[in-house]
Amino acid sequence: MTVDLRTRYLGLELRSPIVASSSPLTGEPASARLLEQAGAAAIVLPSLFEEEIVFEEIQINRSLEAGSDSFAEALDYFPNIESFAGAGDRYLARLRRIKAQAAVPVIASLNATTAGGWVRYAKLMQDAGADALELNLYHVAADPARAAADIEAADLALIAAVRASVSIPLAVKLSPYYSSLANVARHAIEAGADGLVLFNRFYQPDLDLDTLDVVARLDLSQPADLRLPLRWIAILRPELGPDASLAATSGIGSATDVVKALMVGADVAMMTSAILRNGPDKIRTVEAGLRAWMGEHEYESVSQLRGSASSTSVEDATAFERANYMRTLRSWSAPRDLTTA
Amino acid sequence: MTLARKTDQHHECLDGNEAAARVAYALSEVISIYPITPASTMAENADDWAAASKPNLWGKVPEVIEMQSEAGAAGALHGALQKGALGTTFTASQGLLLMIPNMFKIAGELTPTVIHVAARTIATHALSIFGDHSDVMHARSTGWAMLAAGSVQEAHDFSLVAHAATLRARVPFLHFFDGFRTSSEVNKIALLDDDDLRALVRDDDVLAFRARGLTPDAPVVRGTAQNPDSFFQAREACNSFYLAVPGIVGQVMDELAERTGRRYGLVDYHGAADADRVVVVMGSAAGAVEETVDTLVAAGERVGVLKVRLFQPFPVDELMAALPSTVRAIAVLDRTKEPGAVGEPLYLEVVAALTERMDSDNPPFASMPRVIGGRYGLSSKEFTPAMTGPIFAELAAVRPKRHFTVGIHDDVTHLSLPIDTEFHQARPAGEVQALFYGLGADGTVGANKASVKIIGEGTDLFAQGYFVYDSKKSGSMTVSHLRFGPRPILSAYLVDQADFVACHQFGLLERTKVLEHAKHGATFLLNSPYGPDEVWEHLSQDVQQQLVDKAIDFWVIDAFAVAEEVGMGNRINTIMQPCFFQLAGVLPPEDAIARIKSFVQKTYGKRGQSVIDRNFAAIDRSLERLGRVTLGPVVSDRSITSIVPDDAPDFIRRVTSVLMSGDGDLLPVSAFPVDGTFPTGTTKYEKRAVALQIPIWDAAICIDCGKCAMVCPHAAIRMKVFPAAAIAGAPAGFPSKDFKSREVVDHRLTIQVAPDDCTGCGVCVDVCPAKSKTEVRHKSINMEPVAAHRDVERLRWDFFTSIPPLDRGLLPHDTIKGSQVLDPLFEFSGACGGCGETPYLKLVSQLFGDRMIVANATGCSSIYGANLPTTPWTVNADGRGPAWNNSLFEDNAEFGLGMRLGLDAQTDQARRLVERLAPVVGEGLVRELLDSDQETEAEITLQRDRVRRLRNILEKVNGDARVDARHLLALANDLVRQGIWIVGGDGWAYDIGFGGLDQVLSSGRNVNILVLDTEVYSNTGGQASKATPRAAVAKFAAAGKATRKKDLGAVARAYGDVYVAQISMGANDVQTTKAFLEADAWPGPSLVIAYSTCIAHGIDMSKSMSHQKDAVKSGYWPLYRFQPSEIEEGQPFKLDSHTPSIPVSEFVATETRFAILARTHPERAVELAALAQADVDERWRYYEQLAAMHRSVPHVHQPDPDVQPEVENDAGYRYDDKGDLA
Repeated sequence: MTVDLRTRYLGLELRSPIVASSSPLTGEPASARLLEQAGAAAIVLPSLFEEEIVFEEIQINRSLEAGSDSFAEALDYFPNIESFAGAGDRYLARLRRIKAQAAVPVIASLNATTAGGWVRYAKLMQDAGADALELNLYHVAADPARAAADIEAADLALIAAVRASVSIPLAVKLSPYYSSLANVARHAIEAGADGLVLFNRFYQPDLDLDTLDVVARLDLSQPADLRLPLRWIAILRPELGPDASLAATSGIGSATDVVKALMVGADVAMMTSAILRNGPDKIRTVEAGLRAWMGEHEYESVSQLRGSASSTSVEDATAFERANYMRTLRSWSAPRDLTTA
Repeated sequence: MTLARKTDQHHECLDGNEAAARVAYALSEVISIYPITPASTMAENADDWAAASKPNLWGKVPEVIEMQSEAGAAGALHGALQKGALGTTFTASQGLLLMIPNMFKIAGELTPTVIHVAARTIATHALSIFGDHSDVMHARSTGWAMLAAGSVQEAHDFSLVAHAATLRARVPFLHFFDGFRTSSEVNKIALLDDDDLRALVRDDDVLAFRARGLTPDAPVVRGTAQNPDSFFQAREACNSFYLAVPGIVGQVMDELAERTGRRYGLVDYHGAADADRVVVVMGSAAGAVEETVDTLVAAGERVGVLKVRLFQPFPVDELMAALPSTVRAIAVLDRTKEPGAVGEPLYLEVVAALTERMDSDNPPFASMPRVIGGRYGLSSKEFTPAMTGPIFAELAAVRPKRHFTVGIHDDVTHLSLPIDTEFHQARPAGEVQALFYGLGADGTVGANKASVKIIGEGTDLFAQGYFVYDSKKSGSMTVSHLRFGPRPILSAYLVDQADFVACHQFGLLERTKVLEHAKHGATFLLNSPYGPDEVWEHLSQDVQQQLVDKAIDFWVIDAFAVAEEVGMGNRINTIMQPCFFQLAGVLPPEDAIARIKSFVQKTYGKRGQSVIDRNFAAIDRSLERLGRVTLGPVVSDRSITSIVPDDAPDFIRRVTSVLMSGDGDLLPVSAFPVDGTFPTGTTKYEKRAVALQIPIWDAAICIDCGKCAMVCPHAAIRMKVFPAAAIAGAPAGFPSKDFKSREVVDHRLTIQVAPDDCTGCGVCVDVCPAKSKTEVRHKSINMEPVAAHRDVERLRWDFFTSIPPLDRGLLPHDTIKGSQVLDPLFEFSGACGGCGETPYLKLVSQLFGDRMIVANATGCSSIYGANLPTTPWTVNADGRGPAWNNSLFEDNAEFGLGMRLGLDAQTDQARRLVERLAPVVGEGLVRELLDSDQETEAEITLQRDRVRRLRNILEKVNGDARVDARHLLALANDLVRQGIWIVGGDGWAYDIGFGGLDQVLSSGRNVNILVLDTEVYSNTGGQASKATPRAAVAKFAAAGKATRKKDLGAVARAYGDVYVAQISMGANDVQTTKAFLEADAWPGPSLVIAYSTCIAHGIDMSKSMSHQKDAVKSGYWPLYRFQPSEIEEGQPFKLDSHTPSIPVSEFVATETRFAILARTHPERAVELAALAQADVDERWRYYEQLAAMHRSVPHVHQPDPDVQPEVENDAGYRYDDKGDLA
């Protein structure tokens, strides 16, 4: 039996639901090529960070000017550098090269936390050939003076600003930490997002006990991490309707993970950690596994599978909601009940 | 010069260097370069343009190559010319001197070329980077034509005249203009275009030159050796070419005038047609003389000035034709000094020319005019109209001084003419003169350069900018002198009647006479933390008085507050600049703001939107904060305090303090040492107080490691260990803690900052390993705002310095604690904040300072080491300390070797005399004196004591032994072991001085060579050297250095008997210390190569030591010690660093010098980065193998009767009894 793996994501026709998500591998032309050869249906580049753009511009200018016009013998310390390719320029150059070689859609990613000059990079990414744009709303809301509503309003304004600057499809990558994620998700779609990517993962600080320094650390995701996007995609799929695209990311490491993601309503399943751990060929293995599973279970196509277990498609919709917590506890106590029965 | 402003001429504001270099670049195929101030900019321009693939006039990108020295540049130029390629180079001062041998050859072969010289003082009793003609005058006999430009426009035009004329004449040209005054002045000039160049540089001349190039297709031989039968005649064979030069230059100048309207003569006369007194002058001083002449002529005086353009071949006919026949007296001004000559060169030429022509059939004058000669302007000493008037007055005297000086007060030989301080040159209507006082770091100069361009290039106004810097690299003051006006500005002297004065740093108001040159009614803009209503009471009485007396329109702005708000750090350029335009009235304010923004957009447009955004925000907010101050009554009780303490030595009070306060021009000749000898230990009197934050010690957390004191580039944070009783009289709260030590018990320790000497660089805090248990960001030392601590820390510092140092013998010197309790004899230098070099010098001074002599190569270390007014080399409580001298750049190793030879000669003689005087000295003392090995501090102390006893005895000797005793008294101190330290940077050691260094390494003599390797020529602004690593961007390697760094240590190790260490204090301070101790102990040559972080690396200098650590961690800078003194079968090569634990890419990503390449040349960056990693891998593998190797034969084979005549080492080589391979 042939299995139809095709899916649509952000209006793009993809040959399979397995997408290579942001990682160092998607940012370099050579490794991006390997990902595509291994079967990635689309490639999402790493995020271009607002802080990176600003920090680099300011820092390089400062260091090029440091010590200048202070001493008669050395009026400056670097050759005359009129222009240099900043983080944004280098990103665009890589995007162009990857796009030039790729047959699959290439999705650029922009991380901004405020509507500033960097929004223009959305347009530049479109001009550089990006097939779609992922706006990565990645920030830590640490300012106690800012209310949740303010933060959400700023995020939505940013989505609208980016939407207004590009015509290519726009996905928004969210964090799971909104108080009312479903509400934010709906507004994000209303603000112009064509789809949502659930969820981004934060670098979590760690301490180095030798130096007592705070060090940034990002651990690769584990299979259990998939539960969070599974729940929310299941909840959001019926809420947002069939036109909004949904991508599951975090913890996709096997064919069955992909199946689960699709079943709860994702259009695509995005892989990062599994590829970093096992190399690009992991995609090939997962795709083969997906075909095999679907064949075994007599699913003809991804569209058949997609959403078949969303919150409105399962017997008990509350299973995805808060009651789930209670049920888990109860399930733990069940064996004892049985023994005393 | 007549300035015909043709409408189609394009104008730009350039400095003299760029004005000359643009033409030189366009007309050259090969450009050999080497950095030297103030000519480096021309070479940098050429390298930048070549890196950007800018073609020359014929569509080819010139070959630009950096050589190892100016001698190398001249040699390469000579070769290129012999091949028939058009070539040029740029130089100054000693650099020109190094070119002279090749210049004789080039001229002797009648080879057209041009050397462009930013004329600079030649070092004599002192080095000077500033301008005069002593260098070019030294090249007179080389046979080069010499053409002098006196302004930025002339430097541009004469560059073309020289290139065109040399091709026509075949005589090479030396085109020169005044260093700094012209080379660095920014002025609005009309640019020559390619058609102008093509019109004057004729194709036929170019082709004829090419045809003379060496080729095997038509072989010839040049450079023969000739004998008495032929040389002389052959030398005379070129005469006709020299005779033709003046005519050719005149012709080219006429053609230039045809095309541009700018008419020049070989000499140009300006003034009264019936002048009886004329000044003859060459170079930029002509502007001041011309202005004075105009003023005097307008007042009815018959005076004039004759400007000499072509100095050689001297245009006798043109000189006679240009001088009015009415001339009775001539003063010839020379910007050079030739001690012992009858007069200086221009004077002699004029006298000879007049004498010859008066003796002809057709004498030009009824009677021989009286000619007198004067010196002016040495080392860029100001030359102004106020100095010119008295020259004309002198010419009118019955018995004028035959030879005079002007601009100084010579109270010794009384040669100087007075300066007419009442003379004020009338300024043209509509001109605005402005003065700006700032600090290097605040962007003042950059803003003013921008203002000159905005006005000069955006309007019909002419503009001039000249910038004066002090001699410090950190916290240095800058003064910008700007003029704007409707006529071309020829005033090549500082602004002395300012319409507008700005002080960009409140603190400078107390230290500097900011308002001295403000006109009555001038506008004064002050960057002040105090608003318009409160600033008055914070001014000193002196400042208040001047404001009132001169009825000054006074404005303030808190620019630092604005900078903080918009994220500009301490750069206030785009905040102060709009205020200037608002207040000075040069342009309508709205128009000015638009132009400033457009300039920012142009400058930073390609460097990032965020930079532009911040600047725009700064511009927009600046005018809102500008406030006018109502002058108040003069009541302040704040007066300016004396600059040095009353108990300072006489010389410090009389001379040094005057130099420090910026009034050096007022010092008479008699104030100065006659031979350039100055006292050391003077930086301590120069309390610069430049830090905004200083380190404050928390004794409770301190672990006594001493690292803070070790790494401090300025010796401004120190460690002392003392018995508790020593601080009995300490100021209240003076902190101390128990000192943890096995050797020294019951002692206390204090870490103390010198608040007025600290630069606030923060390196000490970066290295402090002691963190609070309750708050990790709090270390044992923390940077805190200076204002909150200065008063307390001043008291503590004064007390701290009074605590006697710990006995040098108590703690072992190979530990950090042990070295850091020793007094640094190198302190408070003007080096950059965070300098990577100075901690090494300081450590050396702690370990050996009381018995060392330093030979210092020219470079950063010679500048922060001995640039007047003060020197950081100092003395200990006994008055002992390093003795120091700087000879040149190229000869430093030899210079140091000479010191060693002198020392050895003296020591040998002393030892001989000791033996001879044994009967009076006593056999016991003689043996002790001669047999002491002086290997330890204690033994050195004992030896000093013996020498003291010896001197006591010798002073009482009479009779026959008296002569020997007197000689021994003069030499006795040399019986105490001394060290010769040869210090310099990588430019010296790897490049220009390498030949000499190699010679010294091969000599076997006991010298210690310390290479402060910053991997670029730091002092001249970061040009690449052979120490520059692959993939780094530097000047002269604008597209990233393609080749790998030279392994200098490997060269030295190859000799076998040279101690070699590669060190990095930030990575391993103990290894650093050991290396110095071993170098000192090794009786042969020692070479210590010290990784020195530098501002030219593009790093956060407060993390200087962290960068050093990363350099070592990545294997980029392996640490090792090679000890030739190892015993047989030992392993002489000790690798002191660990196997690389991070990739080189991780280290280099944090330094702009590397990181920028990926942003300018991405593909090349990838390629070079891979090679750079391969370099490191390869070297590490090699070094690991070296570290495992045994070596059986020490450096010098010592015949030993107990050993077999032949020995065999591990490798199976056999040696005979002479140590040679059998």
